[in-house]
Amino acid sequence: MQTQSEIGYNSKIEGDVVITRIDAALAWFRKNSVWPMPMGLACCGIELMAVGASRFDISRFGSEVMRFSPRQSDCMIVAGTVTYKMAGYVKRIYDQMPEPKWVIAMGACASTGGMYRSYAVLQGVDNIIPVDVYISGCPPRPEAVLDALIKIQNQIGTEPILSKMNVVAQLTGAAKS
Amino acid sequence: MLNLDLANQLKAKFGDLISEPVEFRGEVTLKIADAEKIVEVCEFAKTKLGFNYLVDISSIDNYGEDPRWTLVYHLRAIVTGAEIRLKTDVSEEKSELPTVLGVWATANWHEREIYDMMGIRFNSHPDLRRILMWEGYPYFPLRKDFPLAGKPTNVPDVAFTKVTPLEGGPFVTLPSSDDAIAREPRVRVPENAEPGISDKRLVGNQLK
Amino acid sequence: MATVQDIEIRDSAARTAAAVEALEDIQGEKMVLNMGPSHPATHGVLRIVLELDGELITKAQPDVGFLHRGDEKIAENMTYTQFIPYTDRLDYLAPLANNVAYALAVEKLLGIHDKLPPRCQYIRVMCAELARISSHLLGLGAFAMDMGAVTVFLLTFTEREKIYNLAESLSGARLTTSYTRIGGVMRDLPPGWTDQCRKFLEEVVVNINEMETLLTRNRIWVDRIRDLAVISKQDAIDYGLSGPNLRGSGVEYDLRKNQPYLCYKDLDFDIAVGATGDCYDRYLVRMEEMRQSVRIIRQCLEKIPGGADNKSKEPINVDDGKIVLPSKQKVLTSMEELIHQFMLVTEGMNCPPGETYFGHENPKGELGFYINSRGGGVPYRLKIRSPSFVNLSIIPKIFPGCMLSDTVAILGSLDFVMGECDR
Repeated sequence: MQTQSEIGYNSKIEGDVVITRIDAALAWFRKNSVWPMPMGLACCGIELMAVGASRFDISRFGSEVMRFSPRQSDCMIVAGTVTYKMAGYVKRIYDQMPEPKWVIAMGACASTGGMYRSYAVLQGVDNIIPVDVYISGCPPRPEAVLDALIKIQNQIGTEPILSKMNVVAQLTGAAKS
Repeated sequence: MLNLDLANQLKAKFGDLISEPVEFRGEVTLKIADAEKIVEVCEFAKTKLGFNYLVDISSIDNYGEDPRWTLVYHLRAIVTGAEIRLKTDVSEEKSELPTVLGVWATANWHEREIYDMMGIRFNSHPDLRRILMWEGYPYFPLRKDFPLAGKPTNVPDVAFTKVTPLEGGPFVTLPSSDDAIAREPRVRVPENAEPGISDKRLVGNQLK
Repeated sequence: MATVQDIEIRDSAARTAAAVEALEDIQGEKMVLNMGPSHPATHGVLRIVLELDGELITKAQPDVGFLHRGDEKIAENMTYTQFIPYTDRLDYLAPLANNVAYALAVEKLLGIHDKLPPRCQYIRVMCAELARISSHLLGLGAFAMDMGAVTVFLLTFTEREKIYNLAESLSGARLTTSYTRIGGVMRDLPPGWTDQCRKFLEEVVVNINEMETLLTRNRIWVDRIRDLAVISKQDAIDYGLSGPNLRGSGVEYDLRKNQPYLCYKDLDFDIAVGATGDCYDRYLVRMEEMRQSVRIIRQCLEKIPGGADNKSKEPINVDDGKIVLPSKQKVLTSMEELIHQFMLVTEGMNCPPGETYFGHENPKGELGFYINSRGGGVPYRLKIRSPSFVNLSIIPKIFPGCMLSDTVAILGSLDFVMGECDR
């Protein structure tokens, strides 16, 4: 269970000092407070509300703060059918989210268009935004949504954050000068 | 029966304009010969016969027949519980008829939806624009010659559509009362055989 | 040479007058605010374009269609049985009610909607009433949450989880049940379901009482929604409202009483009718409807033919091989049933040519299906008369004159769902 990027801490031996990699600490902070932006469009939105309610408590995983404002959220959960009329708005809201951001496509309709193969339905939200985790089901059980959230957390836990930040700093520094 | 009595009263008032009432499954249907007179008939039904509630307006595309459009009005009298169905035909060249917005306010959105889905215009409607699809969408989706998979469109800054992959489907019978062999789903020619028309049997202007 | 400059120093009165003149241009302007499709309080993807004069709304234009999935066109390409899952997703807060409504509509076309076996009728009534409780719980929970009372939302979701448990043991799925079939239901009540249901009814009454103590006499709640967005009786009928919105305005019209179907004639229940037609009345109507639904389910549990475990083997499907799939044993051993199975699966049931309309008392209003059939197993035209679509059309009438913060209250009291509105 203990991998190289995990924090090992035993207060008797080490006192109040923790030695770890910055990446591990940042990843640990990030993954345990993934604030979702619920793009609840249709029936999956109701199951998303059930995930947030008290039986399948999503706040156990740090995601209680369901911010409807994209500027304050980390992960967009696209729950429901994305029609062509709504597609532009979904993309716009995705663009408004600050980096780092992740997307969960919840349900069959968001993943591939689901059973709505018609003239008005976008066949999968990954036509307009990059998706990290797809959840199948119509609607998926709340346990499946939590499983997807755990997968996202594991993915965040292994991201090389500091090296990315250095790259970004170099690029922006080069742009300024 | 109450529905039949009221239907007969309506027929008595308008004479030849309205057909004989047809009864099916306890419901009474009347056919109005001239779509332009629909407002008079509806006003009479509302004021004199008590049909103060418009339940629904539907549109049917009789593809291959003339007149192409049929409009179906479902009226109900809240006080007595009587219900009646009025049908009227509109030809494709005209594709227009008066709005019953003045009689029931709820007709507003129903008629906008019919315009959006079928392309039938309602003259003197104050705000006839698309309601379910977006402004600038060029087609009328519920017409029989519009494929289920849709057609590619692009209204910049509003929305785009692409063709949905149907893999040759939909594999289902046609609505008809032929014998079972004629209705067999596998007889149907797949969608990409004829552009825009999902079944070859529709080409001959006859839905057999 | 000194240049002469003309400097005009206006006195304070003149300066004030000039400032007011400049301000008047801005004061007269109205602001256009977009209450966009992605909004926490619009109960789904609804967009309303508001024109505001300060805090007061002067015009409101709802923009629907963000969830238009093409159900009616899909229905022309599916057999009647294949369309049942699409009906679940219309009013996705009460899927069992939609299933019942659609099955009854097709059965009316076939002419068997009043010949259903009694056990099937009682099961369907129980499903419809459970769906009503579920939908009203969520409607009121979301209404209260949008107004700030977040506790109520969590309370109602606890009870909804119990309804989900009942639905899951009945049909296999929590939300999208697809439980009814044309001519009957998918399967009989599982063992222990009636006891579970009785226990749930006792608990839900406690929960409704708790909601009532939190909200009904709450000073803030009443002050916010009393006398708000009054819809007169005439307007309600003219705009085609139905369900609790119509009854909240004082019109005593309930399809279960006025045009009874299934076994509602044999059941004893009351209809809640409001007095003034404001948001508070619609809230009270929904609360009372939940209690009446509990009453109906209790009577069904007592009266259901065959009892809890159906020892007397009451039928739950119409006994007609051309409509209902025969049992697998018969299909594999007998020729006639094999042919019935083949025809039903490949082509659907052979409906007579004709047209019917059936309106069902859904929790949101009157869900109606107009089926125009030309024979065969596929409808020629299926029109879904959706209550939410019609209920939303009254927004341009009732919003003007209200404050911006009242929009949330009015939308919550109208209780619509976009899946149904846009189909």
